[in-house]
Amino acid sequence: MSLQLSELSDAESQDQEYLWTLNFGPQHPATHTTLRLMLKLDGETIVGAVPDIGYLHSGFEKLGEDLDFNQYVTIVDRMNYISPVANEIAWIHAVEKLVGVTITPRCKYVRTIFAELMRIHDHLLCVGAAALDLGAFTPFLYAFKQREKIYDICEFASGQRFHSSYMRVGGVMYDVDDKWIARVRAFVAGFPAAQAEITRLLTRNRIFMSRLRGVGVLSREDAINYSCSGPIARASGVVRDLRKDEPYLAYPDFDFKVICSNGGDCYSRYMMRMQEMLESNKIIEQALENLPSGPINVDAEGRAIMPGKQEVYQSIEGLIRHFETIIPNRGFLAPVEEIYAAQETANGELGYYIVGHGTIKAYRARTRPPSYIHFAVFPHLIKGHTLSDVVAVLGSLNIIAAELDR
Amino acid sequence: MSTIERLTQRFAGEGYSSSRFRDNTRFDIPSQSLVDVLTFLKSDCGFDLLVDITAVDLLEYPDARNRFRVVYALANTVTAERIYVRTHLDEPELTLASVVPMWLGADWMEREVFDMFGIRFAGHPNLKRILMPEEFTAFPLRKDYPLRGRGERHNFPVITRAES
Repeated sequence: MSLQLSELSDAESQDQEYLWTLNFGPQHPATHTTLRLMLKLDGETIVGAVPDIGYLHSGFEKLGEDLDFNQYVTIVDRMNYISPVANEIAWIHAVEKLVGVTITPRCKYVRTIFAELMRIHDHLLCVGAAALDLGAFTPFLYAFKQREKIYDICEFASGQRFHSSYMRVGGVMYDVDDKWIARVRAFVAGFPAAQAEITRLLTRNRIFMSRLRGVGVLSREDAINYSCSGPIARASGVVRDLRKDEPYLAYPDFDFKVICSNGGDCYSRYMMRMQEMLESNKIIEQALENLPSGPINVDAEGRAIMPGKQEVYQSIEGLIRHFETIIPNRGFLAPVEEIYAAQETANGELGYYIVGHGTIKAYRARTRPPSYIHFAVFPHLIKGHTLSDVVAVLGSLNIIAAELDR
Repeated sequence: MSTIERLTQRFAGEGYSSSRFRDNTRFDIPSQSLVDVLTFLKSDCGFDLLVDITAVDLLEYPDARNRFRVVYALANTVTAERIYVRTHLDEPELTLASVVPMWLGADWMEREVFDMFGIRFAGHPNLKRILMPEEFTAFPLRKDYPLRGRGERHNFPVITRAES
């Protein structure tokens, strides 16, 4: 991880002695987590930036080879901890595709509601924190008030506010009940007003606009060339949303728009996220209205899911099935095959490349982390801007270090 | 004509094969022709987006004939089609051609594969460790590297308050 100055690109700029180097992070309040940047400056203008990552590397992918598919849910939770359940859904989706489990309609809807809640969750933090870094404190609090409500919804469903670990192969931990639905409904009803509050504070705010407009411009060609996805690619005019392109879960049933922009600067990315939250809200509303009844988990006969407590404690078959699901290599076994499956999460395309080798564990559990790929664009985006723009660009990229380093 | 048909027509012979699992279409190629195949896919078939580069250590994999598998996941941003190009490597020849000249996004992906598996990419502008510390010598995602490490944590230099 050590860096040499010679790496700071621009061969011609190297002998210019008036350039100075600034170490930004890893413990800088505006980097939020442990990001480190080596900046080479000409006065206040940035001529080169080298991100130095790995401070939070904790070997998640190695752990994925040691834990079984359901246990690893607790680890993927901790990757993008701003929208934990979305990671779970993406991971479980990949596992189910590998093993060949088809989930029930009710489960599809519940997962869709969670995935969209997590999109709002993520975007709220991103917008709020970006505003905070630029000196606007109030929108951050407004955003967090709404995030609290989503935390409560997660807690109500799973018993855990932060790292819910709610998803299981073949279903979810517990079915949701009417009280949970009422809670989500209350959130959905109140959210547009809360979004409008943040909009009123930021969208036409003169300081906010002048800090963001024209900063960190990413062209459409560059967005594709740098493998960008999600809001960052869409803000640059790449019309690509996996929810529409490769419909999964219950997305084909809903009416929603894919938000795109041609601007490519930080302001477009901010606007993208604000608008996308409203679309997510619409999806949740539709999903709640049409939530199918019936079982939420696949049949326990298929060994993909644990039988209910009632069955385990009151029948010998249920007890045996419970045993078989949890003891190694007696539950559902992954075929000797490999699969890549991706979902559109708040930050972009979150994919898992899983290799199975006939056991209950993954042989290789590769994560395609959007933060990692987006952070690689940062030096390109910041070049030529001033030091104070670093926080604006970082805030618009929404880099989550836990996912970046895994 | 589908992409896989075009590919099999253009690249035939020993080492080339295609397979399908669920909705994933894979094309296996010999490692020397990597750049040719990816260039063909990018310029002729419209696969403009490099989604991911990753590797698998096949040391303990059932019926594996090679040590490493490197996977290039590509996507077409217009038709939303995906394809996975796989190639295999054996020690001591752990070198592939870098695709950074084709996709700038490959920079960090290739560095991660190098960091975790020790596969080198010829022509990469800055091939060095990215997640692990520079002085680290092993490649952690190889199967012969133990889960708990080789004493790195135990031997980690700690500065006490008295020494500082």
